[in-house]
Amino acid sequence: MFNPQLNADGKLQHLLSIEGLPKKILNEILDTAESFVGVAEREVKKVPLLRGKTVCNIFFENSTRTRTTFEIAAKRLSADVLNLNVSTSSQSKGETILDTVNNLIAMHADMFVVRHNQSGAAHLIAQHVPPHISVINAGDGRHAHPTQGLLDVFTIRKYKPDMHNLRIAIVGDVLHSRVARSEIHALTTLGVPEVRVIAPKTLLPAGIEKLGVQVFHDMKAGLQDVDVVMMLRLQNERMSGAMLPSAQEYFKTYGLTQEKLDLAKPDAIVMHPGPMNRGVEIDSAVADGEQSVILPQVTYGIAVRMAVMAILAGGSQA
Amino acid sequence: MTLPDPEILIQQITAQIKAILTPHSALIGIHSGGVWILERVLADLNMDIPYGKLDAAMYRDDYAQRGLKSKNQASWIPFDVTDKHIILIDDIFYTGRTTRAVMNELFDFGRPASITLAVLINRGGAQLPITPQISGANIPLNSDQAFQLSLDTLGHFHLSVEQLNAGVSHV
Repeated sequence: MFNPQLNADGKLQHLLSIEGLPKKILNEILDTAESFVGVAEREVKKVPLLRGKTVCNIFFENSTRTRTTFEIAAKRLSADVLNLNVSTSSQSKGETILDTVNNLIAMHADMFVVRHNQSGAAHLIAQHVPPHISVINAGDGRHAHPTQGLLDVFTIRKYKPDMHNLRIAIVGDVLHSRVARSEIHALTTLGVPEVRVIAPKTLLPAGIEKLGVQVFHDMKAGLQDVDVVMMLRLQNERMSGAMLPSAQEYFKTYGLTQEKLDLAKPDAIVMHPGPMNRGVEIDSAVADGEQSVILPQVTYGIAVRMAVMAILAGGSQA
Repeated sequence: MTLPDPEILIQQITAQIKAILTPHSALIGIHSGGVWILERVLADLNMDIPYGKLDAAMYRDDYAQRGLKSKNQASWIPFDVTDKHIILIDDIFYTGRTTRAVMNELFDFGRPASITLAVLINRGGAQLPITPQISGANIPLNSDQAFQLSLDTLGHFHLSVEQLNAGVSHV
């Protein structure tokens, strides 16, 4: 099957979604990220891998956090970084996506990091660019957010190295979450035997069981004996219509409190992709508690994004 | 070609390293062969010396052609290199490009007082103005050949010469 993410030699050419990536490449990214973790602790927080390359962050949808972490990752690799907030510039003047991209190609950009509220935008750009340019999907609609999925898996591997022996629960708004889909693909590909999703029926996509997960509507039953609790953001800004009674009601049923977390294994870790709604999907005491690895996720996210960029840049001319 | 016993070469370079040690010395092994030798040298010296390990893959000049090996090791230097007399340890010295990359990386950790290069074998062929100050043996090798250093399960080093396929360059 043709996979637009891989080149003719089976190397990574673009990172568009975790779906369809072989286990070998997932492990290559995670292993490479290990060697970037320490770079931030040096006196000079840079390595020269992407010196002379230009990375273009094209954000058709705002996301300050994601853009910032990609920017830091590219800068720590010594790349030059251009940030384009397209939602407030050319698009509003009527330029098409591909016209915007063509202009950046003419400016000799080497890599595009693309965020768009429409699923498939990064695919479209990847199919359009010449072979020396790589595209990284930084989130497209409800479809995928592969680097977030990878950094979550990297964080799990850091704290729970034996992936073949884990029980992981993903809790919350799976329906609107592109992260959840990326995570489920990565976890099942890497051999995690038990992935659970815990959510009300209204926040689960139809046919989620087909991804190989167990579905729970009762949070207490779902959290029983899990090693990892991955909370999802309640996507207020995506919510149209009455899917939930109220934020307070949601917190009562699906918010993570210490009492509910105590049902998981005593050494279970708590993750959240951010930004958090404290008091809606997660209690402050848990978010700041001993089992929380939410801030290490941010730190590891930079190493993972550096690894993806380094692999793409190194493979493009081989 | 009769090859020297690498165990004897290690003894020789260990003695030469010992002779130049100061209270401000530190040892750094270059992945992967240099780290094996570093570990042996540390065991033989049996002294309390700061040490670290470097993988200069991210600093290599042929990165665009070769890419990163996914198994490249994280560099690990648990001491402040500033004002230290650093002794870099590698197995084979050839073009000098690895040493160049390692020195660039090292300076991103701080400003060492001096850097000395110690290798098991200098095989000739430097392409840069870099040369090891300490070497166990000088054995010129053709460009289509490469030394292969291996470590058996008993912890003994073995040395052999490998014939490379025509057209494959080995750096």
